[in-house]
Amino acid sequence: MATIVAPPPTAEPGTALLAARDVRKYYGDDQAPVLDRVNVDLAEGEFVALLGPSGSGKSTLLRILAGLMEPSEGEVLVHGQPWRGPNPQVAIVFQSFALFPWLTVLQNVELGLLATTLSEEERRARALKAIDLIGLDGFEEAFPKELSGGMKQRVGFARALVVQPEVLFLDEPFSALDVLTAEHLRAELQQLWQDRSLPTRAMLMVTHNIDEAVTLADRILVFGANPGHVRVELRGVPAEQRKGSGAAHTRLVETIYRIMTNPEEDPATFLEPPKRAPRRRAKRRYQAIPDVGLDDLSGFVQFLSGIGGRASLHELSRDLQMRHDDLLALVEAMDLLGFADVQERHVILTPLGQRFAEVELDEEKAIFRAAALEHVSLMRYVVGALEDAPSHTVQDTQVLEELEHAFSGEEARRQFETMVDWGRYAELFTYDTSAGELRLDEEHRPGAEAAEAE
Amino acid sequence: MLPRPAAPKWVDVLMLCAVAAVGYGVTHAATRWGQPIASGVQVDLSPWRLPVYAGLSTLRMAVAYVISLVFAVAYARAAAHNRMAERFLLPLLDILQSVPILSFMPGVVLGLAALFHGRTIGLELAAVVLIFTSQAWNLAFGFHQALLTIPRELGEASTVYRLGAWRRFLRLELPSGVIPLVANSMMSWAGGWFFLMASEQFTLGNDSYRLQGLGSYLAQAAETGNLGAMALGLLTLVVVIVLLDQLLWRPLLAWSDRFKLEQAGSGDAPQSAVLDALRGSDLVEWISRRVVQPVGRWLDERLSPPRVPLGTLPSMTEDPPPSRAWAVVRMVVLAALLGIVLWGALSALHVVVNLSPGEWGTVAIAAGATLVRTLVALALAVAWTVPVGVWIGLNPKWSRRAQPIVQVIASVPATALFPILLLALLALPGGLNIAAVALMLLGTQWYVLFNVIAGATAIPSDLKEAAITYRVSGWRRWKTLILPAIFPYLVTGMITATGGAWNASIVSEYVTFAGQKRSTVGLGALIAQAADQGHFAVLLAGTLVMAGIVILLNRLVWRRLYALAESRYRLD
Repeated sequence: MATIVAPPPTAEPGTALLAARDVRKYYGDDQAPVLDRVNVDLAEGEFVALLGPSGSGKSTLLRILAGLMEPSEGEVLVHGQPWRGPNPQVAIVFQSFALFPWLTVLQNVELGLLATTLSEEERRARALKAIDLIGLDGFEEAFPKELSGGMKQRVGFARALVVQPEVLFLDEPFSALDVLTAEHLRAELQQLWQDRSLPTRAMLMVTHNIDEAVTLADRILVFGANPGHVRVELRGVPAEQRKGSGAAHTRLVETIYRIMTNPEEDPATFLEPPKRAPRRRAKRRYQAIPDVGLDDLSGFVQFLSGIGGRASLHELSRDLQMRHDDLLALVEAMDLLGFADVQERHVILTPLGQRFAEVELDEEKAIFRAAALEHVSLMRYVVGALEDAPSHTVQDTQVLEELEHAFSGEEARRQFETMVDWGRYAELFTYDTSAGELRLDEEHRPGAEAAEAE
Repeated sequence: MLPRPAAPKWVDVLMLCAVAAVGYGVTHAATRWGQPIASGVQVDLSPWRLPVYAGLSTLRMAVAYVISLVFAVAYARAAAHNRMAERFLLPLLDILQSVPILSFMPGVVLGLAALFHGRTIGLELAAVVLIFTSQAWNLAFGFHQALLTIPRELGEASTVYRLGAWRRFLRLELPSGVIPLVANSMMSWAGGWFFLMASEQFTLGNDSYRLQGLGSYLAQAAETGNLGAMALGLLTLVVVIVLLDQLLWRPLLAWSDRFKLEQAGSGDAPQSAVLDALRGSDLVEWISRRVVQPVGRWLDERLSPPRVPLGTLPSMTEDPPPSRAWAVVRMVVLAALLGIVLWGALSALHVVVNLSPGEWGTVAIAAGATLVRTLVALALAVAWTVPVGVWIGLNPKWSRRAQPIVQVIASVPATALFPILLLALLALPGGLNIAAVALMLLGTQWYVLFNVIAGATAIPSDLKEAAITYRVSGWRRWKTLILPAIFPYLVTGMITATGGAWNASIVSEYVTFAGQKRSTVGLGALIAQAADQGHFAVLLAGTLVMAGIVILLNRLVWRRLYALAESRYRLD
């Protein structure tokens, strides 16, 4: 395997190669921010992972650091100097590969060198070397559509590495690949990075996969959502203990699981044995509804009930072959509704959850209805507004506007969609998409049930 | 990819002959442009003149098309790259699209004739302008749409790798737009042929001017009632259109398949034997290597920002601050443009305001009459195309056989058939009325038919099978399956069709046939007559009313129907 020698260091010792200082990002003035006062440093030789649920602004931060987006407040420092505009020291490996379909593999890799003073022969030579390094020999003249997903992402890596970026950004690079391919590529990347064969001085990876972050990173920043912020910064496992599933590796994965399944709690509680009662963060107007479909929720509760009502998160993710963030969202939803508790990295079905798993559809809906009204503040708000309205109808724009005070634009829309999904299933209200109108479901006037739940 | 066999040598010989022929034709045509304009140029009805006339008409179309293409790409790019500009440019394009083209012809002809001191090139340019206005707008819309749908990460990759504006255009924007540009080009040429006859003869007051070409040949044949010449002219037109389709558009369509944005290969790529032959040709290979590539490289060097050494960190201050002078120039130009637009609008208002209530009444009645005609034409089109289109679309065996035939029939511009229609219908009571509706129908039904066929073909087979399993048949099958499934396609077809119908009204409501002027009540007749008599105020009022009605219908009816179709009846 060929090696590309990294250029001599240009940063002064002690200065971060790249840093974000008090970065905030918001779109409208009255909208909740996507990112709130985020600070990140990236030092020479470091691999940093940004981990968090969707909507926590980690991809936005990546784009701000790359200079693809301007921060609304705060600044980006390159070698300690403020920087604006596209950052020439950065290359990105994209989740969707972002290959030009009409260019061959070689042309795609050469793309990054077009803006340099290198001669045509030199460009070609370097591109071929990068293709060789990343294991794409023989595919130079192929078009991207002829390649498998894994091969496409190899082209993505080669294109990024050929420019010898000081910092390489990885934006969920493995999440569009199937499990085996992702595993394989990840291991190769780890090997190349540890051997210092990569012509880059630091790496910054966005991911939702806890295992991946622990395997690769020296430092892990766990993000929280609404608004996006760094909840906690964790030191990674020493490099020699990362392979396989050593004890340190497993312990860190479990700690992060616990932090991420309890989005409302202070992460410090999970770092040492809990001596004090968990301190809850200041309550927002509405807690975020996890983006979970009802079929998935019912199926998950029944699966859990079927295996005895108790399972570890690790087993669940393995047995159900689910993406980590999807599983976390499910667990969070069950926790929110009071169907399950999360204790010591295990999910345990509550009696209510057990009943939910056993009953017929009608009763299942009744249980869900009561639980949603009791625990989901947004649902209470919407049903309350519907009851107060003279015609028992409310425009969706009104609800969305209300949501935008608590969530950033895109997240507000997602919250709305999940809320509508849950509300329709609970038969609390109906929603006419073309008229944009929510209407109270008269048959299940929630008055009695709500009172009972209070 | 499979190795391609080398093309036989005769392909190269044929290519050389084609290049020589086109070169001769263009120079031959150019010699005529310097001649003074003669009122009433003789159009020779001898069949031997037909190839020359066809060549002249095609050349005019090609020139207009190249201008349209450049305009469309520049316009769409300006709109896509600047939010402020987009806010003005898109509505403007919408308005331009709905303004009846022929209204402006007298002004354009006069202006250009004066500009070129009465040389024929002035008239030629007027013809090109008319054709341009029938080709440019949909190209611009298509390319703009393509620019908006470029995946975000591809744009980000272009920024990260510092491609710069020119390389970004060449490697990202233009390739993403190839497929919509080719598809819209075919529509644009059809639109251009529609105005073939109108573009080769102009009437200014009592003078009428002609340009030699296929359109004026057909017009002359119609005027003298020479049926044989009419048939020959039509046949030539069909041959030209089919040749262009086979030699130009099919190969382009097959070639453009590589610009699909989807990352996975797809099964049914369009095929073209001509393209396969060209691909193996040594001559084409040589031209590509020796001419196209060096020119491309030279342009690349010239238009791209200066390169920087790999791995250096350019300091921030090196970026030149945006020049103050440039900003001032831009402001001045913008202010001047705005001033001209305001001045034009005010003077138009001044002219229109002076119309008497009686004249406004005439305009209103005419508008109503034309509106009714377009609605009748549209209803007729829908009434026959929906059953036929669904039938063709649901029978794969038939749709394969019927499609090429329908395409050839549809490619014949309705205006070329119009004289024959007139011949048959003028004798009837209200003949011109019927003929006008018939022309609208002829010009627009194909858009609807093609879309209905596409919609019916796209109905997923599991839905069809479900309908059979649950014994949904007869009218209920139409109501629950077919009509909802083709609805979005039907709406798309009808939007294009109504636009065409309004444009057709000018050609069809006021005609000169066999030396006689005939007209019926309608906005098109009003405009054409006003243009003929130089009645500027009425011309302007009629034009504005027509553009207004088209825009209003678009906003109030079609956009809503389209939104409904998109949100409720999409099948994916």
